[in-house]
Amino acid sequence: MDALFFWFFSFIMIVSALGVILNRNPVASALCFAFSLINMAALFIMLNAYFLAAVQILVTAGGVMVLFLFIIMLLDVQAAEHVPRQKIWMGFTLVLALFFVYLVALTLHATPRGFVPENNLATEAQTLEPGATPQTPPADLLDDTQRIGNRLFTHFVAPFEITSLLILVATIGVIVICKQDEPRRSPQEDISREAPPVKPEKESAFTL
Amino acid sequence: MEITLNHYLAVAAVVFAIGMMGVIMRRNLIIIYMSLEMMLQAANLTFVAFSRFYNHHESPSYNHIDGQVFVFFIITVAAAEIAVGLALIVALFRLRQTTQVQDLTTLKF
Repeated sequence: MDALFFWFFSFIMIVSALGVILNRNPVASALCFAFSLINMAALFIMLNAYFLAAVQILVTAGGVMVLFLFIIMLLDVQAAEHVPRQKIWMGFTLVLALFFVYLVALTLHATPRGFVPENNLATEAQTLEPGATPQTPPADLLDDTQRIGNRLFTHFVAPFEITSLLILVATIGVIVICKQDEPRRSPQEDISREAPPVKPEKESAFTL
Repeated sequence: MEITLNHYLAVAAVVFAIGMMGVIMRRNLIIIYMSLEMMLQAANLTFVAFSRFYNHHESPSYNHIDGQVFVFFIITVAAAEIAVGLALIVALFRLRQTTQVQDLTTLKF
């Protein structure tokens, strides 16, 4: 059953990933990408990473893809690339990608047992924190959200804070980049557009 | 058939290669950006797979949830990066009225 789900989700993920780069319509590409991300979240669930699956769907498939679709529709990107494709360039790309996959397959084939621990569930209790009480449930029942949170706020607290700084800088950067650089209207211009300038009444008294 | 770590790594490699093909082949900046994001996601899958399968370590200081923490950081940084990159694309589009890379040759030597 596990294997069936694995093949199912990976097949759909790879097909929709191909859809991203083969579709001529950018909106269809973005939707394919979102679908591929959702399937990757399913694979995360199969790997017992429930928190990351939720984050993947919420942040990446939800937030980032909405941003992509928003930009595509805002810019009104043309559907097709009208430039005739260079066949030789595409062939070169395909050969490069296949060579990469071949290299990885070679590596994986060379280590048929090296990457697979013998009994990955039986020894899981050993990886509990040293101070864990015996009442603690076994690691595979422990909330992975809780464990990630524990790790994040103790051991990785400095990178966490730096990440928050990075997000702040990114926000400011986006605002600066997107700020319109149109020439500012002077206040006098504004007034003249709305109403004819009112003649000051007491000005003569002051000048005299 | 038992699903091992190698299966997950192979799937991640295929997705990474597809993303690489997209970056090289496509001419639309937004699609290229999406393919880049796909390569990041493939790396995420390898992280999660390693954190799931490599939990037989003897050392008590070893914590196999660290791989998932790394993925958390990658997702966060990627979101910030996407925001900045799309802002750059919008600024570029405002300047040149195009998102096709063959039209953006100012830096070409």
